[in-house]
Amino acid sequence: MTSSAATPAAETPMVLADRVCKSFGSVQVLKGISLEVPRGTVTCLIGPSGSGKSTFLRCINHLEVVNAGRLYVDGDLIGYRERNGKLYELSPKDAAAQRRDIGMVFQHFNLFPHRTVLENVIEAPILVKKKSRAEAVERAEYLLDRVGLANRADAYPAQLSGGQQQRVAIARALAMDPKLMLFDEPTSALDPELVGDVLKVMRELAASGMTMMVVTHEMGFAREVADQLVFMDGGVVVEKGDPRELLADPREERTRSFLSKLL
Amino acid sequence: MTSPNPDTVAGEPEPIKAVPLRHPGQWVAAAIIIVLAALFVYGAATNEAYAWGTYGRYLFDQRVMSGVGYTLALTVLSMVIAIVLGVVLAVMRLSPNPVLRGTAWVYLWVFRGTPVYVQLVFWGLFPAIYKKIDLGIPFVHQFAHIDIQTLNAAFLFAVIGLGLNEAAYMAEIVRAGVSSVGEGQVEASVALGMSWSQTMRRTVLPQAMRVIIPPTGNELISMLKTTSLVAAVPLTLDLYGRVRDISGVNFEPIPLLMVASTWYLIVTSILMVGQFYLERYYAKGATRALTARQLKAMAAEDATDAGGAAGGPGAGRTTGGENA
Repeated sequence: MTSSAATPAAETPMVLADRVCKSFGSVQVLKGISLEVPRGTVTCLIGPSGSGKSTFLRCINHLEVVNAGRLYVDGDLIGYRERNGKLYELSPKDAAAQRRDIGMVFQHFNLFPHRTVLENVIEAPILVKKKSRAEAVERAEYLLDRVGLANRADAYPAQLSGGQQQRVAIARALAMDPKLMLFDEPTSALDPELVGDVLKVMRELAASGMTMMVVTHEMGFAREVADQLVFMDGGVVVEKGDPRELLADPREERTRSFLSKLL
Repeated sequence: MTSPNPDTVAGEPEPIKAVPLRHPGQWVAAAIIIVLAALFVYGAATNEAYAWGTYGRYLFDQRVMSGVGYTLALTVLSMVIAIVLGVVLAVMRLSPNPVLRGTAWVYLWVFRGTPVYVQLVFWGLFPAIYKKIDLGIPFVHQFAHIDIQTLNAAFLFAVIGLGLNEAAYMAEIVRAGVSSVGEGQVEASVALGMSWSQTMRRTVLPQAMRVIIPPTGNELISMLKTTSLVAAVPLTLDLYGRVRDISGVNFEPIPLLMVASTWYLIVTSILMVGQFYLERYYAKGATRALTARQLKAMAAEDATDAGGAAGGPGAGRTTGGENA
């Protein structure tokens, strides 16, 4: 198995999933996901809808509670504290502190519609990180410039195109200086024309060394940017490896049939 | 005259100048309404039953003015109780705790299921039902007791009666507002590390307000008029009660009803103006339309980089500039 041969595993991985299981009622959505995401790398998750990709991503920042298995981000157990072999639920305050360092970008952007672009970006740094307004604004202006929207700081989200909204959402997540960025189908709700701008921002982010996990259907992006490609189906990891090898020559029949429908 | 051959005209086409569509129906309707209104005004002015002299004498009567004051006080105090209790009941209804949910449901069932007039009569009879209130540990020790029957508290009971009834309606309005805010908004806030109370205060409630404010304004205006039912308690210090007292002496109910109606209309109109501004404030970001400030900034921007192609009208920037 050469899952992530590119980087030497000298330090703890940014994300370590150990047989993660998740059920909604009697429906088991994740059936033991084990995965490692080394620091500074990009992992793309692909698979048919209902395969559990998004649920797995949401478990990583505790938007969903894991039923079995362990999830570690930067060496910290997510959602619980382990002491003497016993698990204790984290208080809402401690759980919020864990989420603070994990940025998330949603399929439907989820920008705050009652706040301008700038207010969206400075909201959490001021409220959660207790930054001064001037400091937050300065950082927000830098980030908005980076995503190419410096001139739209005063606009409300409803006045922006989907692609612009998603780039604001990326800037909003980056404003918390996260160590890990999660992208849940960031381009699925966009017109084909607007996808490129968002992918360009994500490509630059990856090049800057950010650790990223991306649920996507953009195979071109996965081939070009990802260090690791994970194919999921039915709540399990069917296959993972180097994206170019996996896309060119999948070992599993299930992967092959999924990819053939896509192209 | 437009040129028959568009190829010969270079550049911009000339602005459209079309003959506007006529609306004869509007003019006919307006004429009929004006005639009917004129007839009514003439009739009212000449009909002695309206007794305009009496109307003028009592419009600013000291007792009427004090009635307006009591009506306003009843409205404001009972709405404050209703809004505070309504938010509490709404949170209880949305809570995962089944005991709280059930309690709120029973409250709503009782207070929405019986007429407010009947409830006010009940509050008036409260001293007859509960003669005194003991404060303390039940069955063990009482350290204070209040004798209700000696308490002259019609105003207090009126406020409580109106407030508790209204709270049931406010609870449903607040609940609808909170439910109208998308789940994604809470997720986005939580993912940014915001706590539950920060999420409620900064993300959910400001957006819920847009849904909560208009019906709350309606409830406030409706409450202003419902105060005229406090005669059931009985309390007669409010506007309608005072006007009825006066007409009971001078036997001229019609001009005095006109006095009361005038004041109810004046207060309602003031409230409607306030509601307009409140709604506009909470509608921020709800539409794609540009705000006055944004349009001004854009015009200034256009003015500075004018001199290029005279073509593109400024409105083209609204959604354009994707790769600016």
